Amino acid sequence: MSSLAELCVIESGAGEAHSLDDYESEKPRWCKGCGDHGVLVALQRALRKNNLEPEEVVSVSGIGCSSRLPHYLNTYGFHGIHGRALPIATGVRLSRPELPVIVVMGDGDCFSIGGNHWLHAIRYNINAVVLVLDNEVYALTKMQVSPTTPDGWKTKTTPRGTYLQPMNPLSVVMGMTNVSFLAQTATWLPAHLDETIEKAWDHHGLSFVRILQRCPVFMPQAFGEGGLNFPVVFLENEDGIPVHPLLLKRGQTQAHNHRDINEAQRVAVSVDPAPMGLLYQNPDVPAYEEIRWGRQDRPDHPTFLKRLDSVLDRYTVS
Amino acid sequence: MSGPRLVRLPEHIVEIVSDAGEGAQKAAIAFAQLCAKAGNGLWTVEIIPSEIQPPPHTTGSASGNRIRLAERSQVTNAGNLANVVLAFNEMALLSRLEAGSLADDVLVLIDDQWATHDNERYQRSYREVLDKFRARGATIVEIPMNAETVRHVEDAERGKNMFAVGLLCALYSKDLSVLQSIIRSIFEKKSRDVIEAAVKLAGAGYQYGIAHFEECFEVRPVPTDVSKVAMNGNTALALGAVSAGFELCSMYPITPATSASHALSEIFEDFGGFVHQAEDEIAAIGVALGASYAGKTALTITSGPGMALKTEFQGLAVMTETPLVIINVQRGGPSTGLPTKIEQSDLLHAIYGAPGDAPKVVMAPSTIEECFYILSVARKVAEEFRMLVIVLSDANLATGQQLFDRPDVSGTPQRPPLDLSPVPLGALPYNWDPTTGLSQRLIPGQPGGMGVTTSLNHDRDGKACYDSERNQRGHTMRSRKLAALQKSLTPPSVHGAPEGDLLLVGWGSTRGAIEEAVDMARDAGLAVSSLNIQFLSPLPPGLHEILAGFRQITTVELNYSDDWEDPLITKENRRYGQLAWMLRAATLLDIDSYAKVPGRPYMPVEIFGEIKRILGDQPGTGSAAEPLLASKGAY
Repeated sequence: MSSLAELCVIESGAGEAHSLDDYESEKPRWCKGCGDHGVLVALQRALRKNNLEPEEVVSVSGIGCSSRLPHYLNTYGFHGIHGRALPIATGVRLSRPELPVIVVMGDGDCFSIGGNHWLHAIRYNINAVVLVLDNEVYALTKMQVSPTTPDGWKTKTTPRGTYLQPMNPLSVVMGMTNVSFLAQTATWLPAHLDETIEKAWDHHGLSFVRILQRCPVFMPQAFGEGGLNFPVVFLENEDGIPVHPLLLKRGQTQAHNHRDINEAQRVAVSVDPAPMGLLYQNPDVPAYEEIRWGRQDRPDHPTFLKRLDSVLDRYTVS
Repeated sequence: MSGPRLVRLPEHIVEIVSDAGEGAQKAAIAFAQLCAKAGNGLWTVEIIPSEIQPPPHTTGSASGNRIRLAERSQVTNAGNLANVVLAFNEMALLSRLEAGSLADDVLVLIDDQWATHDNERYQRSYREVLDKFRARGATIVEIPMNAETVRHVEDAERGKNMFAVGLLCALYSKDLSVLQSIIRSIFEKKSRDVIEAAVKLAGAGYQYGIAHFEECFEVRPVPTDVSKVAMNGNTALALGAVSAGFELCSMYPITPATSASHALSEIFEDFGGFVHQAEDEIAAIGVALGASYAGKTALTITSGPGMALKTEFQGLAVMTETPLVIINVQRGGPSTGLPTKIEQSDLLHAIYGAPGDAPKVVMAPSTIEECFYILSVARKVAEEFRMLVIVLSDANLATGQQLFDRPDVSGTPQRPPLDLSPVPLGALPYNWDPTTGLSQRLIPGQPGGMGVTTSLNHDRDGKACYDSERNQRGHTMRSRKLAALQKSLTPPSVHGAPEGDLLLVGWGSTRGAIEEAVDMARDAGLAVSSLNIQFLSPLPPGLHEILAGFRQITTVELNYSDDWEDPLITKENRRYGQLAWMLRAATLLDIDSYAKVPGRPYMPVEIFGEIKRILGDQPGTGSAAEPLLASKGAY
């Protein structure tokens, strides 16, 4: 393991009301070396840092390896069906906007079968932390091509190599109306991962984070064997994701204004080197659930009954 | 001048048809309101072209309404053949003949402008169609609707419908001033000039009728003190959802369900509710399920193709025991089928449509009034049993209007606040009662109740597990809830005598026509009764006892069954109507089915004909498309 990993592991937690244990449920059953473990810990840390009571948080997932995460996080969790985490999360936010929501999906889950929900969730801009754990392969079903599998790579459904260029999810997100937060990080950069999730947590609106992670079983060669040979560029801004000096071994930095949508769109279409950090943030995009709650009247019971009566008046004929 | 002769009638059926966009619908709405205000019972049916702007002056362009009005306040169905048709052109008139809707001796009121129209093709077809009607025995009254209308407004297309409703006001001896006040309220949002022109045209139509009709009708309402409302089934579902305490409706547009969501969208925010139009049918149920998981009362409204898309989520709702209500306003299928027309073909899909074994509750309202009340029951069952409840309405209920007693909502209970009281750590999310399968759900925000709700098989602690014992237990517990619900239901009541030669069993909106046919048959001395089943899953208790009272049993349904006379059809391969399929399995009785897909409601006379055929009174009659009314004009 890289020495960079230690940056995130040592942390006192002093002055915080909860320990990480409070957010631990059953022991994770992901494969050894899977990046999902790191994301789980980063999330637990974000919960602790924000002093959240475990019962106040809802994590929602679809189907896939990464979608097991709610089983291992000691909050309320909903492990649903393939591709459909975002509609469920939207329902939770619409009805209980006081509950923070985390959505965890895989690349096939979000970009392929859940593609329509993905686009529209960005436009709704519900207030939620949305993480896509992208290992560039369908792993739970044992190695089929995913929308982000690199061109020409062999999987069980493309034994002679894939046929298409991989999708660039960042440019898709940046193309959606109402996009309010986009960041990219990787599990082999744990400090960066922690900072990114924290930043996502603090954002008001839909914080979309693509997390690059290697599947050690079915796609061990991905991302230059888990980051060893993977060209990245760190986006630098004083309000962005901090770039620790040690990270500079992994790639150069590039000054970036994440408030400028045109600049963010330009960066989003570049894939080599892969941009890491905060691509875009606009905290002023209103969240859908808040728009809806803002326009809704919540009458007391006598008023409710009076209104129901007057609606019936409209249909009363004698 | 003595004026027209007055003929008193117990009930009548009138159809009003024009080209799409000419306003027959609006005229019909005004006339229906006029009848309703007078206290007539009524049932209206929309006549809708399948395209938004079909070519004018064709049968495919016909748009309008059928109105059945009666002396009695309860009218339960659209009735038999129409007695009067008011048509803006001969093709609209012809479309009703082709639909098999008109009595041979129908009274036709028609705009005469086509007799002398510049377009010779119109002149010719006008003559041909009217000759055809005369040959069948119709009475034709040609009226210069267009000419009279242009005396009052420049564009006859914008006003002929008001002249027409004035004519009907005279024909049915209604009060013109009441009609004019109805018109004022219908056009409330229009300019003063438009309103005054409409009022004047209605008056002109009325005067024309009084001056020219030889005969006018009177369907005198039975006086009543009970306040009545008139609305269609989709509106009733929407108001019922508010009254039942629903807080979120998540939907995707689909005919013929969408108008329920329109009605709800109009008012829901004033009652603390949301209508969320999702990006697709799948997301629509997903959002509703998410809201329900979070503790709110949610429903989704759709039609057949949408139901198909929602099946995976239905399985999820069942597996996670998340309360949820789905309204399916059924239409003709399969696939896009007949989007605006009635069918009852989604019963088996509603009951069985989900991956794996997924026990669901399925209910069907049989009247528009029941559309209002059914959601309170659906909600209660969904929440107390932690189940998915599917409400099967249909296009007939959705767009028909019925008069019924105004619901008393003063006792509507207040929605209790969410119970977020702490539970002991490790509280079981599926603390199944071993006998009933019932358990208390935990709501996000409840301290101590943290845990995952999973689509995987799980045990009482909610955790995923894969062994056979716990898989069997999960299935048993979810299934047992259906039995527990069945124990709490009361047996349905038989319409007619509890025993006899024939029992007709139906579900949903066919009830009115079936019961009317049974009444006709009983008046004719036949020992026939009928049964309407509201709970289709679980089936209600007492069925065996009820069915045992009859020599023969047949379901009457608007879905497909093979005809015994069809080539290749045998006892082994015949496909029965869907309720018959279920009842045969549940009772081991040789239950037959009269099940067809005419794309319109059954007429009572058709069912009466089937009763006579079954009981051997007369030989079998034609297909549903060819109405089998022997006597001209039902009344």
